Amino acid sequence: MRATFVASEVGNGLRRNLTMTLAVIITVAVSLGLFGASLLVRAQVSTMKDFWFDKVEVSIFLCSKGSDTPSCAGGAVTAAQRDQIKSDLEGLRPLVEEIYYESKAEAYERFKEQFKNSPIVDNVTESALPESFRVKLSDPTQYDVVASAFEGRPGIEQVNDQRKVLDKFFQILGGLQLIALLIALVMLVVTVLLIVNTMRVAAFSRRRETSIMRLVGASNFYIQLPFLLEAALAAAIGAVLAIGGLVLMKTIIVDGVLAPSFQFTAFVGWDAIWAIAPIMLITGIALAGLAAFFTLRKYLRV
Amino acid sequence: MILFDHVTKVYANQQRPALDDVSLEIEKGEFVFLVGPSGSGKSTFLRLVLREEQPTKGQVWVLGKELNRLSNWKIPALRRQIGTVFQDFRLLPNKTVAENVAFALEVIGKPSAHIKKVVPEVLEVVGLEGKEGRRPDELSGGEQQRVAIARAFVNRPMILIADEPTGNLDPGTSVGIMKLLDRINRLGTTVVMSTHDSQIVDQMRRRVIELDGGHVVRDQSRGVYGYAR
Ligand SMILES: Nc1ncnc2c1ncn2[C@@H]1O[C@H](COP(=O)(O)OP(=O)(O)OP(=O)(O)O)[C@@H](O)[C@H]1O
Ligand SMILES: [Mg+2]
Repeated sequence: MRATFVASEVGNGLRRNLTMTLAVIITVAVSLGLFGASLLVRAQVSTMKDFWFDKVEVSIFLCSKGSDTPSCAGGAVTAAQRDQIKSDLEGLRPLVEEIYYESKAEAYERFKEQFKNSPIVDNVTESALPESFRVKLSDPTQYDVVASAFEGRPGIEQVNDQRKVLDKFFQILGGLQLIALLIALVMLVVTVLLIVNTMRVAAFSRRRETSIMRLVGASNFYIQLPFLLEAALAAAIGAVLAIGGLVLMKTIIVDGVLAPSFQFTAFVGWDAIWAIAPIMLITGIALAGLAAFFTLRKYLRV
Repeated sequence: MILFDHVTKVYANQQRPALDDVSLEIEKGEFVFLVGPSGSGKSTFLRLVLREEQPTKGQVWVLGKELNRLSNWKIPALRRQIGTVFQDFRLLPNKTVAENVAFALEVIGKPSAHIKKVVPEVLEVVGLEGKEGRRPDELSGGEQQRVAIARAFVNRPMILIADEPTGNLDPGTSVGIMKLLDRINRLGTTVVMSTHDSQIVDQMRRRVIELDGGHVVRDQSRGVYGYAR
């Protein structure tokens, strides 16, 4: 094997077919970029899921003075009712993991904190906000046990499960992410087709060389290697560009724009990027190698 | 060296066989002319020896191997022992004379020290010393064919196959090429050459195999081009 000879063949091949090579590089970059972005969104969704499901709680809102649900007919919750609810909740351990009581004053503080930049704060008074028990379940899917035990009880206005809201939210995110992945897959198929075509043109434009190589007894491997390497190199360059794009996306969009604006949730870290990058690189090279391999088997036989 | 045993070749989508039940043997060191009208099967015969084609029926033995049973990955090794020359030279236009010859060695993985040594040697054998830096379009047809012969011979093959090597050359130049092929033959290489050039065949007085419609109609040692002239 003469490495310098093969290297110069690869260089010549790439230069001779410069526009096609550029097309391959750009297509690989775009399709792998999309692919990587959809993986990143997936990582983001799972980060958010971990973050949020860890925080979900069942909220039991207690009656205030103006509540108009039937269970609040007796007016605001009494101290006896409140103590009874608390001890009943204690009785549900170990399903109930943590119980946290939030008074009207605390609810107001939290509200002020959450909407501190919004004029809505000025229109809400402490007495308008309900006091509540926040309950954390060891198994959030067992929400119904809590709901059936407390819903409609005197002194309780409403039992709320945040998980239901989150589930809907994550369903929508999951759908979007699936669409992104499908688009990326279609792009990857397009990329393979383009590489196949590029290889065909390359094999045709070098048929003189390859026919002489065959005649003088060059091995298939030797005849095909420059083509394989060219495809793999173009794909690798495309993949590196795509990874660069992903890094930019993380620094500019995630860290620069999203994270400062949406501080209440967690965003993907760099570990996700470094996990996705090699997948992109390997996918790119494998696609090109595969496409080239099948083309060459057909067009460059002994 | 080369043995055809009841070989029939029918190309795909063709009714008439290009070669029909051909049996013959070519010994080591022979110089053989293949003659016959156009379409009689001369090129087909040579392609079967190179295993560019496979027989429809019968067996082709080359250098002790039955080519039907030769697996694909062993074909390159076979071809390294067979040099080939064609009517149309088949040189790479963007490479110099020396590079064209070196190419044949590079692609079979020969070390560059070896290439630097043998390329000038073989160019001297074919009479191209001093022209190693020229490109094919700066050479006459005869000189281009000498480059092709140098490339075919640089590995000192056991067999040299030439398909109408003088087909594109004028008679004077052809004589020079024939002298060169004769010299290569005397160096020990078996030469099988197809031709339409009666003068050359008549002058050389070597074995002549005549094909017609895929049949061997004459096989004569020290033969001439045809009876009818
Ligand atoms: N690749 C092919 N596919 C189908 N038929 C072919 C093919 N090559 C040759 N033939 C046919 O086989 C027969 C023999 O062809 P071949 O090329 O061996 O003749 P030839 O003796 O070399 O002729 P020429 O002197 O014109 O070169 C012809 O009838 C030709 O049409
Ligand atoms: Mg012919």
